Amino acid sequence: MTAPNASDLPTVSDRLAKNAMRHASERIIEMLLFAAAAVSVLTTVGIIYVLVSESIHFFQHVSIVDFLTDTQWTPLFDDAHFGIMVLVSGTVVSSAVALAVAIPMGTVIAIYLSEFANGKVREIAKPVLELLGGIPTIVFGYFALLMVTPLLQKVFPELPGFSLLSAGLVMGIMIVPYIASLSEDAMRAVPMSLREGSYAMGATKLYTAIHVVVPAAFSGLAASYILAISRAVGETMILAVAAGMQPNLTWNPAEPAATITSYIVQVALGDLPHGSIGYQTIFAAGLTLILITLCFNILGQWLRRKFRENY
Amino acid sequence: MQIHDNPTLKAEARNLNFFYGEAKALKNINMPIYDKKVTALIGPSGCGKSTYLRSFNRMHDLYPGNRYEGEIRFYPDNTNLLSPEVDPIEVRMRVGMVFQKPNPFPKSIYENVAYGLRVRGENNKRVLDDKVEHALKGGALWEEVKDRLNDLASNLSGGQQQRLCIARALATDPELLLFDEPTSALDPIATGAIEELVHELKKRVTILIVTHNMQQAARVSDYTAYMYLGEMIEFGKTDEIFIKPSDKRTEDYITGRMG
Repeated sequence: MTAPNASDLPTVSDRLAKNAMRHASERIIEMLLFAAAAVSVLTTVGIIYVLVSESIHFFQHVSIVDFLTDTQWTPLFDDAHFGIMVLVSGTVVSSAVALAVAIPMGTVIAIYLSEFANGKVREIAKPVLELLGGIPTIVFGYFALLMVTPLLQKVFPELPGFSLLSAGLVMGIMIVPYIASLSEDAMRAVPMSLREGSYAMGATKLYTAIHVVVPAAFSGLAASYILAISRAVGETMILAVAAGMQPNLTWNPAEPAATITSYIVQVALGDLPHGSIGYQTIFAAGLTLILITLCFNILGQWLRRKFRENY
Repeated sequence: MQIHDNPTLKAEARNLNFFYGEAKALKNINMPIYDKKVTALIGPSGCGKSTYLRSFNRMHDLYPGNRYEGEIRFYPDNTNLLSPEVDPIEVRMRVGMVFQKPNPFPKSIYENVAYGLRVRGENNKRVLDDKVEHALKGGALWEEVKDRLNDLASNLSGGQQQRLCIARALATDPELLLFDEPTSALDPIATGAIEELVHELKKRVTILIVTHNMQQAARVSDYTAYMYLGEMIEFGKTDEIFIKPSDKRTEDYITGRMG
């Protein structure tokens, strides 16, 4: 049998040759896809443009040094002070409380689901856990205000009706599913051969989980923690409802305080005239918030790269 | 090659059957493992040699639905390794394993070798230093890594990683060392180094090695077992198996007519 003549076979260039019709429709689809991608990029650019330009107006009235060092935040008073640290302290304390709950709990749940739970438990537990992440944050806010605060007051009678502690605890519970779910994915991606190596040395499941699986999955765990920090810093409703909204420079979780986010809600819902200095404060506060989350995202990227494990 | 006529038994499979769920993977295996000797398991892919090897340190216990029948007797104490009363962790404390693909832990070279010692509760720095050095020398890696014990193990080459895994297994002085195709992911030079090491190690420890490579079995082992479809077809001194196999199937495999 003779080989088919080379010229009888369709060549690559034949099959992929430019076809006017197909070319036009592909161009249209390509443009649509590009437009879809451009919308999200342009939106981000637009948001940053508005924040920066409004903040520039703000900083023409208030010096950056005052903004960063003043210990009072009273933009609406006659004696106006613009010390953002007052709001930052509320954000930092509530986020710290939330992370103190969410990181240990989320990591332990992830270790359990990935290393100990059998398939059936995991199939039920994971969707239930993720459901917890779907609860609207306003519900968590009322849960904090009406359930957790009274409970805490039984233990600490002096606790006020609004506190960073109560809001932070509930915020932590809200974040647990994110950490648990992402961390579990990271740990399950650790190849079985590493675990077998550890078991073959006579290690127990717990020892293997802590000394081999967690270090191997560290970049994924770090990413989940960073995401959790970003969520905690940006969380609004729980804090607006349960933490009180009075600006208060404090590092004590048992006090009420406003955060950057709850302050923005307060002003945005109020009837301040547009263009006034009081109104412009929310842009300066918003810019601060974006810079904080940006720092954590960069940190997260860096951690991912530094600890990326090639198995 | 000199082989004593009366080698001591280190372990012995007796009527061993193994099931992955319903599927029978090992069929009534009877085989001795002699002390301080290298025993090679050969056979085509899927013949059950890795399954058999992994029975010795109860690796199958890690996955649900696996079942053993029969015994693996371990001497001198005559323990049945497969007995449900025997804790698999106790078994793995006595039986070390080196895997097909090097699997160093995401730790430093030092901590990789110290891992098994730490698992056993050893935390004395001087003891650890001593045993880590000894094990790395045993794994023929000490000269290459002694100045960078705190580097990540993943920075080593594939062949070095595999010798590290051998050192890791040696650090706890196992009585039996299992090798599951230890050179299949390595280049010929690294393979040669591992084979030389196996030859050296049998002075200290009993070795059971699975290999795809018949030249390797012939080079490193004292005894060879040929397995096919979950059965032990033939077991004997390596010289005899390779020179005059008594079973036609063994001969076909060794001469390359099958597998």
